[in-house]
Amino acid sequence: MTATAFDAIAETPSPARHRAWMRSEEARGLAMISPTFLYALALLFLPVLIVIAYSFWTQDYLDIDRTFTLENYRQALTEPIYRDLFVRSLWISLAVSIVTVVFSYPVAWFISFHGGVHRNLWLFLITVPCWTSYLLRVMSWKVILGYGGVLNTGLISVGLIDKPLTSLLYSSNAVVITLVHSWAAFAVLPIYVSLQKVDRTLIEAARDLGDSRMRAFLRVTLPLSLPGVISAFLIVMIPTVGDYVTPRLVGGKDGVMIATAIQAQFGKGANWPLGAALSVTTMVLVSLTAAAVVLALRFAVRRIR
Amino acid sequence: MSLLTQRLRLLPFLPAYVAVYFLFLYLPILLLPVFSFNDAVTTTFPLAGFTTKWYASLAGNSAMLQAARNSLVVGICVSLLSTVLGICAARAITRYRFRGQRAASGLIMAPLFLPEIIVAVSLLMIVLALGAELSLVTVILGQTMFCVPYAMSVLVSGFEGFDRSLEEASYDLGETALGTFRRVTLPVVAPAIVSSLLVTFTISLDEFILAFFLSGTEPTLPVYIWGQLRFAAKLPGVLALGTIMLVASILMLTLAEVLRRRAERRTQMALVLP
Repeated sequence: MTATAFDAIAETPSPARHRAWMRSEEARGLAMISPTFLYALALLFLPVLIVIAYSFWTQDYLDIDRTFTLENYRQALTEPIYRDLFVRSLWISLAVSIVTVVFSYPVAWFISFHGGVHRNLWLFLITVPCWTSYLLRVMSWKVILGYGGVLNTGLISVGLIDKPLTSLLYSSNAVVITLVHSWAAFAVLPIYVSLQKVDRTLIEAARDLGDSRMRAFLRVTLPLSLPGVISAFLIVMIPTVGDYVTPRLVGGKDGVMIATAIQAQFGKGANWPLGAALSVTTMVLVSLTAAAVVLALRFAVRRIR
Repeated sequence: MSLLTQRLRLLPFLPAYVAVYFLFLYLPILLLPVFSFNDAVTTTFPLAGFTTKWYASLAGNSAMLQAARNSLVVGICVSLLSTVLGICAARAITRYRFRGQRAASGLIMAPLFLPEIIVAVSLLMIVLALGAELSLVTVILGQTMFCVPYAMSVLVSGFEGFDRSLEEASYDLGETALGTFRRVTLPVVAPAIVSSLLVTFTISLDEFILAFFLSGTEPTLPVYIWGQLRFAAKLPGVLALGTIMLVASILMLTLAEVLRRRAERRTQMALVLP
């Protein structure tokens, strides 16, 4: 079709064919999507390409040396600070995504199977906290988990503990809790959508044929909702690995993640190529980890079946 | 209903679990307003007494008011731009079939699946590499890219199920493409568009990372709040500001949801009615 299009444009003497293509569904669709597509190309795709290019260059004070080098990647992968940050960021994002998906699945299941006519209202109530200011939500966790915070004072007044727990705030646990809270809706929605697509008669058939409630869930509902689980997992894990605000506000010394190091290269440290290499490495590592988990999930579900 | 309760009796813990889940979601958000009315600088229980002085202190805070104006300008521009771009993409996807559709919408939706810091850093690099100054304009451009996926998903749900034959009838009766869009399509999809405007405005109002990297010397409200968080004494004022933003966000999201549902009903009506 594209070839015909070029022909049509080249052959100006026959405007009829040109006009016919211009009126075709394909041409109109392409024309319609092109402003948005070009915008994303210019402000997302192109910048990412530039980051990749920079990661192979070096910086000499303010000058950029454009000879190809892997030095930035060597630094990113071998220096102990960065290695520790990568490992911790991956662990935290893995923990957050697993916890979020596991805790959100029953809620998505409840809304899909028992939500009744108010399903949309339930979903709306789930999304509201996620669309209110991210910064404020993280701050409010700081208020909850702090030394004299809501949780500590609450536990003391109930009599469960004598003196405030110091391990709540400024730890990787605090980062995990806060991030799970931030991403809950992003896990519920995709799981809910795939549960809605599950043919209810299949579950009934499994029950009629003698499967217990649990077995019917494990062998019918869970495998069929796996696409939702996987997209929930990806949509939580990949963005959280680069979270900047949460580690800064509630992570303390033990909760620092890679985003802080990336930001430093563009601020005080001012080593763009290293910052670019750290960014690219983060993306590659998180994609590999996510792919491994997705494969493991598929395998596990096949085994259950 | 009896079937529902019967089923639920078999899983008695599930409603309780859902209740705890909702408590977990809403507790942090409800704490902000509580402490913003508390007559103490520290955020601990028991509460010290009721006061509105933190709200009063906001009124005379010129730096905060300037940040609020910046946020308003950015929010309006971002919601308009991203909704227009979202309309193009949503219409292309729901109305036409063409090759490259999946690839194009994949790229447009990509910001949802990327760590925001990487998006922010890459935009910062391209802006500085082009020799441009950081300003509210760069924030607007960046946030628009970030908001388009949300605008698109709201709009696609409003455009889906829209009956093509209505438009075809309009063409047959001699309307131009633009006239048809304005007089036939637009009235049906208008609620979805308003809903998209509200959602993207809310996202822009609360967005921090892109604004932090791209705003230069003109802070938006979240960037201003970030700067205040270092000072413990300013926390109650920040909580009061946060409460106002929270209430504004919830109002806009609720309105957006009501409109989105109306849009869904309208497109379904258009299908039913001859």
